[in-house]
Amino acid sequence: MTPDIVYDQMIGCGCASKLVFSWGGNPGVGSLHRFREAIEKGWPRPLEIDEHEHAGMAARFAAGASHLPFGILKGYLGTDLPKFSTTSVRFIDCPFTGERVAAVSAIRPDVAVIHAQKADRKGNVMMWGLLGAQKEVVLASKRAIVTVEEIVDDLNAPMNAAVLPSWVVSAVCEVKGGAFPSYSQGYYGRNNAFYKLWEGVSRDRATFEAWMERHVMGTNDFAGFRKSLEAEGVHV
Amino acid sequence: MSETLYTADEMMTVAAARMVRNGAVCFVGVGLPSAATNLARLTHAPDAVLVYESGTIGTKPNVLPLSIGDDELAETSDVLVSLVEIFTYWLQGGRIDLGFLGGAQIDRFANINSTVIGDYRSPSVRLPGAGGAPCIAACCGEIVITLRHNKRAMVPRLDFRTSGGHLEGGDSRERMGLSGKGPTAVITDLGILTPDPVSKELVLTSTHPGVAVETVVGNTGWPLRVSPDLQVTDPPSELELTVLRDLQERTARAHAAG
Repeated sequence: MTPDIVYDQMIGCGCASKLVFSWGGNPGVGSLHRFREAIEKGWPRPLEIDEHEHAGMAARFAAGASHLPFGILKGYLGTDLPKFSTTSVRFIDCPFTGERVAAVSAIRPDVAVIHAQKADRKGNVMMWGLLGAQKEVVLASKRAIVTVEEIVDDLNAPMNAAVLPSWVVSAVCEVKGGAFPSYSQGYYGRNNAFYKLWEGVSRDRATFEAWMERHVMGTNDFAGFRKSLEAEGVHV
Repeated sequence: MSETLYTADEMMTVAAARMVRNGAVCFVGVGLPSAATNLARLTHAPDAVLVYESGTIGTKPNVLPLSIGDDELAETSDVLVSLVEIFTYWLQGGRIDLGFLGGAQIDRFANINSTVIGDYRSPSVRLPGAGGAPCIAACCGEIVITLRHNKRAMVPRLDFRTSGGHLEGGDSRERMGLSGKGPTAVITDLGILTPDPVSKELVLTSTHPGVAVETVVGNTGWPLRVSPDLQVTDPPSELELTVLRDLQERTARAHAAG
């Protein structure tokens, strides 16, 4: 939907052959430069894209979660998007009223990876704040991996809380700070300074590659990644 | 009033803020729309309802968000809903009076490009893309567009139509089945353009103080029509400027802190 810095990193390292998305930028800062260079110059490899609008992606995940073949919305009319997203957008007429609506094919990912606040020891997961499409993505996917800020004995979930029961979750991993550089409501804020820093890191191929080598390829795990950043004065 | 110094961006933000009537439900993106609607909320429109696409309704941020997902938005809203819900029940459901949009290019019928400069398949500049904009453009009661005025932005023909304004003009928007009035104003750093009631072509209806008509025309990539009843925009008031600058100062401080 909204590829963020981790997508920019994967694209820049050549790990992605195709991107399905509706907005590809560094929020509030500008471009995702690795994404741009892949599309503009095919570096480090060409990137196939299936491009949508947010409402369309939301409908695609909701349809996937519902095991429906497609979702519908009042979207894409009067835009050039359907000319290029030729495999996943069509216009149909409502069988009851004749109203023209967009149909978008369902998405059923192999794996969902999301971050939430808490899980209990059985693997029930609770999240709150801006939920995005996380619930729909988990329910649309064949498997779901959830990282959480903490594992607790009891979620003490209020009635109607956003809880994913353990039997729709494949694995839970406790990763404190795992939303970095984004945030976890109730735990820590969004690291806006890092998003600004990323502009300078990602703009140039060599700088990007050296950064990835230092902080990602050259470290063993998330704890090592954090430590290597903190050594350079980036608070994680 | 004594002469107050202000920038062209401040004039643009203030002019956009004035489009918000008190009580209006506004769909707001980050950047200038967020500055404008919050300025409105803090001055003449205290009951304006700010809705951000991340699912925050009745948002009253103390500092402007850097991203649509900032925690500040979640913490200061009346209601939090999921992303699927904001685009279905609230936006497509017709609950939004006024949507604010920006873009890299617009044409004379206020259609917007925020996708690519150049050819879609091999663009010279790849922009972030649509985000929520097409559905906002299609479903809000009316749309106000803000962007900086120059020939690269105000083009005779879009490289890509990301969001539909008045399409090919006339009643083409209605015939396409898009709801709402579509764009009712384009606010730039030079002036204000509004669509002709019949042809829907944008007409220059107001220039900002000190801006010559020739400057606006010369910075537009199509032969811009000028209203016979051309106005001069009221300059920002002391209050508007003070509130806007305070807001931006608080924001800069908050965003500098990691």
